[in-house]
Parts: sequence; C-alpha cells; structure tokens
Amino acid sequence: MFEAIAFYLFSILTAVMFYITVTTKQALFALTALAAGMIFISAFFFILGADFLGVVQIIVYTGAVMALYAFGMMFFDTTRELKERSGSSLITAGLSILSAVFVVLIFVAPIVSTKIQVTAPLIAGATNSQSVGMVLFTKYLVPFELAAVMLLVAMIAGIVLAGKKMDRSLTLMAEEEIMIAEEANRKVLL
Amino acid sequence: MMEIGLTHYLVLSTVLFSIGLLGVMRRKNLLMLFFATEILLNAVNVGFAAISHYYNDLTGQMFAFFIIAIAASEVAVGLGLLIAWYKRHGNINLDAMSSMRG
Repeated sequence: MFEAIAFYLFSILTAVMFYITVTTKQALFALTALAAGMIFISAFFFILGADFLGVVQIIVYTGAVMALYAFGMMFFDTTRELKERSGSSLITAGLSILSAVFVVLIFVAPIVSTKIQVTAPLIAGATNSQSVGMVLFTKYLVPFELAAVMLLVAMIAGIVLAGKKMDRSLTLMAEEEIMIAEEANRKVLL
Repeated sequence: MMEIGLTHYLVLSTVLFSIGLLGVMRRKNLLMLFFATEILLNAVNVGFAAISHYYNDLTGQMFAFFIIAIAASEVAVGLGLLIAWYKRHGNINLDAMSSMRG
C-alpha cells in the first residue's frame, strides 16, 4: 500500500522534473530540475532495498556531478534563452518513444524468454552495504580497480582540458596587462 | 494496481528513457545535451536496481555502480572539452560545430 503510494508519487515527480529538464528554455531551471530529479530517483533505490546505491546516487550525482555542472555553467553564457532545433515536435516525440520501446524490447526479450541464473545471490543476514562490499571486492574486484584508474584518467583529463592558463589570475593583474593578454589571445585565435 | 511488480519499474524506466531521448533529439545546446544523457543513464539505473531486487541478485546493483562511475568520468572529460571549445569559439551550439563539413 505505502510502497504503491511512494512509487506513484515519486514516478510522477521524477517524470515531471526530467520533462522540465529537457523542455525548459532557461539553463538554470534545467540544472535545478535535473538535480531534483536525481534525488527523486534515489527514492526508488531506497524502496527497492538498494540503500547503498541510493546514498551513492545522492552523493555522486547531486553532490559531485551537479556541482561540476554548476561550475561549468559559470564559463558559459547561461542568461541567454536557449534556441531549440526547429521541426515538428510530434515527429520527434513519436520517434523517441518508438525507439525507447524498441530498446526495451531488445533487452527484455532474452530475459523473459530464458531462465535467469542468479550469479550473485543476496547474502542472508547481511545488510545491503555489507553484501555489496562482499560482492564488489571478490567477484567484481578487477572492474572496480579499472573504474578507479578510469576516474583518475578522467580527473587528469579534466584538469588538463579546463585548467589551461589557470596560473594567471585576472583579479590580480593590472588593466594594461589584461589588455595585452587579450590582444595576444585574439591573434592566436585568428 | 496496488502491488508494485517488476513491470511497473520497467515501464517507469522506459518512460524516463524516452524523456531523455526526446531531450537528445531536440536540444541544440551541448550542455543541455549532456543533461539529457544523464537522464538516460539514470533511467537505465532504475531498471538495473529493480531487476536486482526482484531476482534477489546483486549483479544489477554492481552494474548500476559502474554506470555511475562512468557517468562521473564522462562529465569531467566532457565539461573539460566544452570549456576548451567555448574558450576558442565563444559558443557551445551544436549547429556551429561544422568546421569539418566538406
């Protein structure tokens, strides 16, 4: 009963938030709606008993990813209204729903037709975090280490790509120095 | 209706995935395109967690963790590339990125 109420409430909230994210013309509305939708998604994980996944969802998505997007948005011109791709929205909506149904069919068909084998069963008497730790550090140890290396590579790539000329601070420079630097920058770009 | 089963969650996952696809198709701004990609990844995560719960198998949750890790690194690299592009060209409009058109 309560599960059903929570499921329908959070599914409506999530769908509305994500719909606002993909349709609004204000970039800041999209950002905040996306953050709210992420938090509502974590409610499903708590309903499904995946407590650790829900906490990770809140910390990583609304904590790290959204903060990264917010910092990134400071670089871009977000006050201007976004221009949308012109064309029939009905065709776009129909195409997207059709392709989503096909994707789900492709992935669900083998699951429904054949018997699923449980490869990592739930451990009796252990909480969700304990069983996640046991499976993650035995069966999925190599992918876990690879994911760690991938995150390190991504961090270095982010620093290298975004951090160019971060050694100069515009607030500490005199007006003339900034003008000279902008002139040099313009010549390089042309 | 009152008993929530696996089908309910798969339908919800489909709905969220189609919302994300709608965003991918109609957005022009690359940052908004990134938001739509995040919606796609989250929709898949819901499906994984639901299957993990209804089959008493932790593999779905493991895949959801790795998807979250991949999403985080994708955002870091993607935003770095976007900032580098914006410093050069002054906009992040998808239609303006046609310098390799023949």
